[in-house]
Amino acid sequence: MFRNQYDSDVTVWSPQGRLHQVEYAMEAVKLGSATVGLKNKSHAILVALKRAASELSAYQKKLFPIDDHIGISISGLTADARMLSRYMRTECLNYKFGHDAPLPVNRLLLKLGNKMQVCTQRYDKRPYGVGLLIAGYDGTGPHIYQTCPSANYYDCRAMAIGSRSQSARTYLEKHLDVFPNCTTDELIAHGLRALRDTLPNEVELTVKNVSIGIVGDGTDYKEFEEEETARYLSMIEGEERRGAPPPGSDPVSSDDGPENSPPDPEPTVAMDTE
Amino acid sequence: MNFYNSVNFPINFNNHQDISESSDIIKHFHTPITTATSVLGIAFNNGVIISADILGSYGSLARFKNFSRILQANKNTLLGVGGDIADFQYLKELIQGKMIGEECLEDDIPLKPASLLCWLTRVMYNRRSKIDPLWNNILVAGIQDGKPYLGFIDKLGTAVEDKLIATGYGAYIAIPLLRDALEKKPDLNKQEAEELMKKCMEILYYRDARSFNKYELAILTTEGTEFKGPIEIKANWSISNDVCGYE
Repeated sequence: MFRNQYDSDVTVWSPQGRLHQVEYAMEAVKLGSATVGLKNKSHAILVALKRAASELSAYQKKLFPIDDHIGISISGLTADARMLSRYMRTECLNYKFGHDAPLPVNRLLLKLGNKMQVCTQRYDKRPYGVGLLIAGYDGTGPHIYQTCPSANYYDCRAMAIGSRSQSARTYLEKHLDVFPNCTTDELIAHGLRALRDTLPNEVELTVKNVSIGIVGDGTDYKEFEEEETARYLSMIEGEERRGAPPPGSDPVSSDDGPENSPPDPEPTVAMDTE
Repeated sequence: MNFYNSVNFPINFNNHQDISESSDIIKHFHTPITTATSVLGIAFNNGVIISADILGSYGSLARFKNFSRILQANKNTLLGVGGDIADFQYLKELIQGKMIGEECLEDDIPLKPASLLCWLTRVMYNRRSKIDPLWNNILVAGIQDGKPYLGFIDKLGTAVEDKLIATGYGAYIAIPLLRDALEKKPDLNKQEAEELMKKCMEILYYRDARSFNKYELAILTTEGTEFKGPIEIKANWSISNDVCGYE
């Protein structure tokens, strides 16, 4: 029934000083498919890998517009992500109504962080089982934020979350210095390469399973149509894919497993993650 | 309901009864009691200037002769308020509370004049919708994205943006003068704007029976804010001996 004695609800501490329920929620993020966010000096972009429940079904949405200047990508429980995105949309709308100006991204994150934190401190609640990458543009430039079910949030230069995302983070860390000064097209290409590194060998990026969102200076948030996505995919077509990192070389990657290891175990759960 | 209960001016000396006893009418709104007259504003080439006298009138009685009603909301926003003084004092607290709230976020994102104007519009419209309006005219002046910004809100929450704004009696007397000056020279500098403002305040003092011979000026440019005053108008009433027909 329980994995241990100390995970009966979110408010219970283990003797090691851990909150197991919060940590379980953090695992939900790793079950969703990968998504990548990065920015240059003028734009922030999101790239996400979509999954289809079956051959016959459509691919599940990963990117959600919040306002003209903010978009998010999700990894984890879609239902929870939709609750959070509805909250963020409401907050943006209220600010626009009261101030005739877009809500600064850091202020949205402050509100969101506070909302998410409450769920980690009450026994009659559960943490949100979703991680978000938030791309926004405001008076202080482009932003990429990452949120966790633990209600931590981070201001990032680039970030990847979701299944096998360690490979994408490795790619992002390697090229971190070039992002601020590269063109937006190059930035999207970097994002796609990072995302491609999370794929198993037999899977390819296609216009069907990739979503690209962009926001920035003079660009309202938008998600690209298939034609435009195809144009960016062609930019990285034919490139040699990076090999899997040697097993055990990166302790953190053991969460996701190197590319030639068996795929993530598919847990039998009541709710799908995207 | 007798005649005296419907009389509605400063103090109703004849009303010794509680209104709820004498009438089943719920009193929804009030009229202004202690009031302040016009506020003027001009946007010039690299800033804004606003001006208002320092009188609080109780009816036609010049009751408070040193009442300042120009505020600095933040580094790039000035406010000038006319109308009911009690409501102005409430608004002042409200705006200061809002500014402290902004400050507490500690994110160095300053509230822009247009945002403050919009926010005040919501406050004013909300109160008028309760049929209990804040009886004020608010002039918002500032620097918005490096450019001079001048806006106005009335007690219903109606907002207007313009290069020159005058409220109250000034809307009748000063606006034609300001328009005339701006037509002749559309791009005023700071000194010209200040001179024009002083001229308008003087003429308003002669024409407006609720005005006063002392006023304040505030000038906001990209370099900062300058408060001037109280400035005294040296009036010349010698012509009054020749006025006839109004006795």
